[in-house]
Amino acid sequence: MTDDTSHGQSSTEVATVDEERYPVPDPGLEAHLPRLTDVDENAADRATRQVATFFGLVPLLSIGFVVVYFAVPGDAWVDFGPLKANSRNLLLGLTFGLALLFLGLGAVQWARKLMDDEEMIDYRHSAASSEDDKNYMLTELDKVVDESKITRRKIIGRTLLAALATILLPMIVGLADLGPWPTKKKRAETIERTIWAPGVRVVQDVTFAPIKPEDIEIGQLINAEPANLQELHGSEFQIEKAKAAVIVVRMDPNTIIIPPSREGWQIGGILCYSKICTHVGCPISLWEQQTHHLLCPCHQSTFDLGDAGKVVFGPANRPLPQLPITTDAEGYIVAQRDFLVPVGPSYFERDSRNDTEVTI
Amino acid sequence: MFGPHLNQDTRGIRVRLLSSRRRHPAAKALLLVFGLFMMGAFYSVIAPPAQVSAETGTSQQVEEGKALFAVGCASCHGLNGEGQTTGVIQGPPLAGVGAAAVDFQVSTGRMPMAKPGEQAPVKPNRYSEEEIAALGAYVATLGPGPAIPEPAEYDPANLSAEDLARGGELFRTNCSACHNFEGAGGALPNGKYAPPLIGLDHKRIYEAMLTGPQQMPVFSDEVLTPEDKRAIIGYLDTLHEQPASGGLALGGIGPVSEGLWAWIIGLGSLVIFAMWIAAKGVKAK
Repeated sequence: MTDDTSHGQSSTEVATVDEERYPVPDPGLEAHLPRLTDVDENAADRATRQVATFFGLVPLLSIGFVVVYFAVPGDAWVDFGPLKANSRNLLLGLTFGLALLFLGLGAVQWARKLMDDEEMIDYRHSAASSEDDKNYMLTELDKVVDESKITRRKIIGRTLLAALATILLPMIVGLADLGPWPTKKKRAETIERTIWAPGVRVVQDVTFAPIKPEDIEIGQLINAEPANLQELHGSEFQIEKAKAAVIVVRMDPNTIIIPPSREGWQIGGILCYSKICTHVGCPISLWEQQTHHLLCPCHQSTFDLGDAGKVVFGPANRPLPQLPITTDAEGYIVAQRDFLVPVGPSYFERDSRNDTEVTI
Repeated sequence: MFGPHLNQDTRGIRVRLLSSRRRHPAAKALLLVFGLFMMGAFYSVIAPPAQVSAETGTSQQVEEGKALFAVGCASCHGLNGEGQTTGVIQGPPLAGVGAAAVDFQVSTGRMPMAKPGEQAPVKPNRYSEEEIAALGAYVATLGPGPAIPEPAEYDPANLSAEDLARGGELFRTNCSACHNFEGAGGALPNGKYAPPLIGLDHKRIYEAMLTGPQQMPVFSDEVLTPEDKRAIIGYLDTLHEQPASGGLALGGIGPVSEGLWAWIIGLGSLVIFAMWIAAKGVKAK
């Protein structure tokens, strides 16, 4: 409040009064210069015509919109180069869009050229009401409380309070659906396991056909799922598929690095990795067969499948989990067990820095 | 009465003509040409018709292929297709790539490459069909590999709606990661790219899946069966036959092109409007 009055004084005075807060003198308002339209009547007339033209086009376009709405059939198409659109939608959009545009252009041109452009200063005032207003409000409030009889018949007030408090319960309870709370036990039975288990066949996605190692050529990529996924339905199917999806690739064993601890996880250069990116969990199958790099399309994380799934580029912070595989009695590829580390994005509760060293 | 007399007369003239020109300097040469012509005509009548077929593996075709290979391919892939993995000019070994890979690479102009690079681009093909078949036949002798597919394998005619739906599922699972949901193609690291699949020859798509050219993984017939491949080709056809009736498709490559338009055209014009609104107009002095 006190500052407001001092602001009203000339700038030099402010600077001398409070050098701490205003070390640089306030230059004040720029000198006002008249515009061309302020002094030249012809220029003003020209601006008036421009504004009137903009405004005058709006009724034409609005009427055009109404005409198009009724006159243009809904099944006519405009086919012009790369543009293929429904004629009616196109014309409705053009007429109404241009009407809005011209309304705005007219208003802005009016303000820029013709409306008074003298700068003014209007100081802030206190937001509090006056004493009179406050007293009047309080007496009115007392009167309302008295007239509602709530002070005399207290039971109404109490039951209303109970009603309002409990009606919030359904809404608060509903928030539990954001969960479940990720306790250690909950994590172990949800995000830290998949439906891969010893002896579960690795089958192709979509067709669920089992795979034999001799059918896979060097440079081949197979998007695969666990065979027991077929037994699930609905949301359960989707949840388990989102975690259990894998890719099977075959590389020349002489050109890749297989850590000694993972020698038994592969079949002659056929390796199986999780398809879920360890950054934020996008499914990835963009594999370059010559470089052995697997690229995530979401944030360009790149994993080297020829080197234990290590991250070679991008924001992912831990290698792609590898699924140990072998063959069953009939010669089809099966999982040796579930993943040794959780698939998908890392999370605070788990230290994933030693994922590469994990062994069976 | 007149006839025999006349006949006798003309015969006499002809004999006289031949005998008088018998010692002409060109007579010997003409006789030789005549004799050779007669021999040729006689041979062509009694000799069996020559084998004109593109069947892979006929030794003549392989020989032709080997000669073409030495001229067009050997500088990168080695004189016997053994590959070159050191030096400036490198090329992978070709044992086991099969005739299908040769047909795909050469008929699309990707091979021979004009210069070493991250990826061989499509360019006009300079080889005739016979030459490509010969090259394929030669490369097929280097090691067993996929043969050029037959029309029955890749022709998507007579696919049921169910097949097309399955093809769509297979496409989205196996192909869309690189080639985009519409088959519009996409970028790969270091200047490489997955080419668009719009308006391609059915045979080319089939061969690409079969052989895994360049960075593309292989999808062998044992795993992704010929029926599955045919369903994918049929799905791509139906997908690209749909009229793009949503206004400007912007290449159908999704948020990249749409975002570019929103940033440059949309935000750009808003910025220009804001500058115009706030700009100081012409002052009187």
